[in-house]
Amino acid sequence: MKYQIEENCLTIFLPKELDHHQTEVIRREADRQIERNHVKYVIFDFGETSFMDSSGIGVMMGRYRKLSLTGGEVWAANLNERMKKILKMSGAAKIIRIYEEERK
Amino acid sequence: MRENTNEMELIFDSRSENEGFARVAVAAFMTQLNPTLEEVADVKTAVSEAVTNAVIHGYRQEVHKIWIRCRMNRHALEIEVRDQGQGIENIEKAMQPMYTTRPELDRSGMGFAFMEAFMDELEVESEPGKGTIVRMKKKIGQGRDGWTLQ
Repeated sequence: MKYQIEENCLTIFLPKELDHHQTEVIRREADRQIERNHVKYVIFDFGETSFMDSSGIGVMMGRYRKLSLTGGEVWAANLNERMKKILKMSGAAKIIRIYEEERK
Repeated sequence: MRENTNEMELIFDSRSENEGFARVAVAAFMTQLNPTLEEVADVKTAVSEAVTNAVIHGYRQEVHKIWIRCRMNRHALEIEVRDQGQGIENIEKAMQPMYTTRPELDRSGMGFAFMEAFMDELEVESEPGKGTIVRMKKKIGQGRDGWTLQ
């Protein structure tokens, strides 16, 4: 899993295709990093991602469930139009926050 | 056998690493319909959901066979994804968005919802112990009409 930790913030650089097969790895590795580093904020970086199915939604929601217990947050960044559409249509955009470029 | 239909059938192991293969195989087959990029993406997503269901739910992550059958005519694509796994006890419940029998696996419960969103028709045939068949249809080839004023 490609990731970066800065203090209590974990950024996961998602692969080109985010499906069940890929999310199995991410689930394990992310949870390990979250525990080890007392991570409070997780950012899913979609910069390289052009495919996502409902497994992608599931892995983000699963991390949110874990983090919300300690007041943490889950963000999604660098989504292309299709990824953004999928996130919104699944309802997950109400919970997973989308980091827009303009907010820098 | 109908005239002007083109069929293919695929049989592969229910391993998660084959989910990507299934997507690409169906995408390649449907190229002949001159689909838009969005139509290909939609079909790949729906296939991914159906195959993932067979891997996780049908076979509960054991390795068995998954069948994909595709049939095309000039304007439409029919896809059938079949497994001989445990089957679905309550199809109506299974198709409710957010419902999942495997929450411990971080399943969003949205597989069928996604299939429904990205395909035009969805039909599920299943019985406990008798496996599952998911049939999906989509009209393809809007790109074929050339310039279309929208």
